[in-house]
Amino acid sequence: MLNINIEKQLGQLQLKVNTQLPLQGVTAVFGRSGAGKTSLVNLLGGLTTPDKGEISLGDTLLFKHKTVNLPPEKRQIGYVFQEARLFPHYSVKGNLTYGMRHKAPELFNKVVSLLGIEKLLSRYPNTLSGGEKQRVAIGRALLTSPQMLLMDEPLASLDLPRKRELLPYLQTLAQELKLPIVYVSHSLDEILQLADHMLVLHQGKMIAQGPLTQVWNSEQMRPWVPLQELSSLLSARIADRHPDYPMTRLLMDDGNQLWVSGQLPPTHKQLKVRIQANHVSVCTEEPKGSSIRNLLQGKIKELYPSDNGEQIQLKIALGKDELWANITPWACDELQLTPGKDIYAQIKGVTMTQMDIAESH
Amino acid sequence: MLSDVLFSGSLFDGPLLSEYETAALLLSLKVSAVAVLASLPLGILCAWLLARVEFPGKAIFDSLLHLPLVLPPVVVGYLLLISMGRQGVIGQWLYNWFGISFSFSWRGAALAAAVVSFPLMVRAIRQSFETVDIRLEQAARTLGSSRWRVFLTITLPLTSPGIVSGMIIAFARSLGEFGSTITFVSNIPGETRTIPLAMYSFIETPGAEYQAMRLCIISIVIALASLLASQWLTKKALKRTASVC
Repeated sequence: MLNINIEKQLGQLQLKVNTQLPLQGVTAVFGRSGAGKTSLVNLLGGLTTPDKGEISLGDTLLFKHKTVNLPPEKRQIGYVFQEARLFPHYSVKGNLTYGMRHKAPELFNKVVSLLGIEKLLSRYPNTLSGGEKQRVAIGRALLTSPQMLLMDEPLASLDLPRKRELLPYLQTLAQELKLPIVYVSHSLDEILQLADHMLVLHQGKMIAQGPLTQVWNSEQMRPWVPLQELSSLLSARIADRHPDYPMTRLLMDDGNQLWVSGQLPPTHKQLKVRIQANHVSVCTEEPKGSSIRNLLQGKIKELYPSDNGEQIQLKIALGKDELWANITPWACDELQLTPGKDIYAQIKGVTMTQMDIAESH
Repeated sequence: MLSDVLFSGSLFDGPLLSEYETAALLLSLKVSAVAVLASLPLGILCAWLLARVEFPGKAIFDSLLHLPLVLPPVVVGYLLLISMGRQGVIGQWLYNWFGISFSFSWRGAALAAAVVSFPLMVRAIRQSFETVDIRLEQAARTLGSSRWRVFLTITLPLTSPGIVSGMIIAFARSLGEFGSTITFVSNIPGETRTIPLAMYSFIETPGAEYQAMRLCIISIVIALASLLASQWLTKKALKRTASVC
């Protein structure tokens, strides 16, 4: 376990986190900008010092107020920054080997091929593209054989095509290496694709922490997600493909089925499926002759009016799963929706694409 | 008169440089090189302190360091004479304990040159330290490097353009040093008579205009060469270190 119990005053912001994170898989640290995400990982990496508290990684005490404060070079924690921070006077190979304590050609070759940077070794950082730089930076951190990897929005400085280029490498990394990763991001897209675990920060305080699906769907999360990005995360497995149309049928844990666009590559792994609240509509009776492919029976659990009064966020119970739907107050009044009412939730099949589906690790 | 000297054909007759000129030139180069190399470590340290460390009295330290730049060189020479001369407080101690004497020797000329060129060197290196991205140093720390290794492998190499230009500027300033040298260690042929001092002697001597002009041209050639070298070296060093990655 990574034990964090720290306080740090940062100008106006008081960062106060007390939690334990698992030492496996990817833990996403999510929050708006200025929430203290980067400050938190800087404290873990030893680049800044907490005002009080304690940090320990497994059995190693990294920091204890007034007694222990391991310098960054002794923490065995790799750090991938938002900007690659490659050393301009070293070649790519020089950058990669900078932090290796002893020669390990096998590890070197493995990391280099995992990141696809074989052809860049003799080049200098100023000749690399943004995505290439970031891959080298990740390799450089991995080659120090760290106990844990911190990644501070490694995709944030890249444009969309570069993000798409790098994301698969990060996914392979998360799966191939048995290395705990703390991944800072304000992008729910990235978190969906990468994380197993999630910690939500707001104004320096931790407001939720736990397995991804649980935190994603939690009440605490709702106020901090932009209205347009509210979504539910359901776990499902691939059942089969449609015989005639390019669609795939997913089976959710409690038997509900979901048709999604495209022919997903077959896998037996558990999938995470994101359903945007804006893509869910509600009927009080079973609709007939609809183009919408997914009709799920459920029961209204709660209604939350949005801050600006323009929308109502419905929480719908589908067996054990929960689903968010955004509707207008007008529709809500006309259908007389109240908690406990039986309804049908409709989800358009075309709205769920590969961007919304990720494998669980 | 200048055209007489340049076109008379007699200016560069015989061997390129006379024995006398060779001696002055080599002495000048030796004095300047020793001055620069000996003061370089201290220069880097002072530049680093000024660029990176906050400490009480920093403003006073900074001003003291710049003093030789604004003081008349003769004052610097006089201060060296009373402190570092054989009878001076520090000079006496150095002579008694280590047998080192600066008085009337080329070492004294090098010391005088080092003192007057020191602020120029520190300024150039300090500016370079200030442009090194601290985030790169942080990254190196997270890769397992101690502060000292980070300094040697990241900070210092990235400062190299400033170090090179600081060294060359100090070297050029040392070559031209006159006032403090003549005050501190006098004008002794073969020992402390560098090119400016030799030229001064010729100017004082009636009928030695040719010799003075030859030394004048040698000075211009050395100055130009060091400026060109400075530009070339800085460009070469910048190529690798300038880009932010």
